[in-house]
Amino acid sequence: MSEFITRRSVLAGAGASAALTTLPISMVTLAFGGTREDFTFTYISDAHIQQIKGASFVRNWDQGLKRAVAEANLVKPESDFVIFGGDLAQLGKREELDHGAEILSKLKGKLHAVMGEHDYYLDLGDYWSKLYGPHYYSFDHKGVHFIVLNSILTSEQWTFHRWPTAEQRMLEMAGLDNPNGSPFMVGDKQRKWLANDLAKLDKKTPLVVFSHSPLQKIYKGWNFWTDDAEEVQALLAPFDSVNVIYGHVHQIQYNQIGNISFNSVMATAWPWPYPQSYAQAESHLPVLTIPMNRADPFFERDATGWQLIDIGSGRVTARYQLWDNDQRTVAFDHKAGHPVDIAYQEPTQHRLPQTHY
Amino acid sequence: MLRSTLLLAFGLAAFGATTARADEFTKTDVERYQKEFEQVAAKGRELWTSGALGTNGVACAQCHPNAANTHPETYPKFQKQLGKVTQLFEMVNWCIRNPLQGANLPPDDPRMTALVSYITFERRGVKLAPGQH
Ligand SMILES: [Fe+2]
Repeated sequence: MSEFITRRSVLAGAGASAALTTLPISMVTLAFGGTREDFTFTYISDAHIQQIKGASFVRNWDQGLKRAVAEANLVKPESDFVIFGGDLAQLGKREELDHGAEILSKLKGKLHAVMGEHDYYLDLGDYWSKLYGPHYYSFDHKGVHFIVLNSILTSEQWTFHRWPTAEQRMLEMAGLDNPNGSPFMVGDKQRKWLANDLAKLDKKTPLVVFSHSPLQKIYKGWNFWTDDAEEVQALLAPFDSVNVIYGHVHQIQYNQIGNISFNSVMATAWPWPYPQSYAQAESHLPVLTIPMNRADPFFERDATGWQLIDIGSGRVTARYQLWDNDQRTVAFDHKAGHPVDIAYQEPTQHRLPQTHY
Repeated sequence: MLRSTLLLAFGLAAFGATTARADEFTKTDVERYQKEFEQVAAKGRELWTSGALGTNGVACAQCHPNAANTHPETYPKFQKQLGKVTQLFEMVNWCIRNPLQGANLPPDDPRMTALVSYITFERRGVKLAPGQH
């Protein structure tokens, strides 16, 4: 499909054409119950569409989103729906949201959007709402209950009283490593809504929760963090199968806390280093996570990509469509009771990623 | 910790007031040198996060929060994509030309000095590993 020389094609020698022809849809089989129809959904996240001025936008980020959309449309059989995981815009501007929404509008299938901090802190999600509706909601699909949370809220003080202008508020929150930022949270109001939403469900109903920030605490300095994560986890704990999928981190992470499985998704725009590569930081990267390779900046789409997800096993299987790296699949290991990388988790097959300097 | 504290106490007792070294920098000197560096590194942090180095508003910090994943301790090193042994400033310029769609800074441009100061400061304490890829 691609004539470009990519790291993968250089290393594999065989060209990059495998990417689209091997989308492993046929592997999706229903492993439990049999009362539920099988399906996959597409997960695209963190496009960070960035306006330069007028009608010109940063080409690099545009290309990431366009490529994800084009590839997602080629999947057979088609996904049942698409999730966009947040941070469609870089600075929350209408122009950026409109431009991103236009690219996303080419997607086949229904789109459900998640709020990211880059979409929110200019006008507190006002314009985003005109495009994508409520900031948090739930829906049912083929026996699975899906919940979309807005996890990037923060204190009233920071949101309403700290900054002289909305533009500055947006800029301060947009800097990942900016000490003037503020920890993300779901907040009381939304947790009450969540408790209500869950109250009517059978505890055997599989739950899939979409949030932008991790509903767990990894590294506060970069907001790989949700301040009330434990309270949200407590609401989800009584269910048999709980799966949280989050964006924001631009890297592969997975974890298990009690009955809750966590999977992150990749960005289409650019990758982020793992927090442990910041020499002055203390990070709590889940020990389960086998990191992705260090990004090679000479290949523009390296360490970016999108995901195909199914819950055929009763838990999330995330198939990472990585453009310049080997594809990875993270699936729930029912014996171990947590997600594993199906190729690299076993110590005997352990092929460690490069050193993260 | 306790042991080193004790050793220090012993050392002080043994040498008393004669520990001053020959031609020592004055406290004022040292403070000034430190402040000069800190100001330049702070200027580097400002440039790093500003989006003003290139033409498209992209900032270094978008991909490299706290200058992470820049591994300054490994330079100079053979950069296979550039086909030669390169210094850190050449890689900074590569980023300015490509993701930032800007123009090279001269190696001794005060802005380059500021950027390299900031990158290195964020990596303080890490062992030098020149040539490491
Ligand atoms: Fe984000």
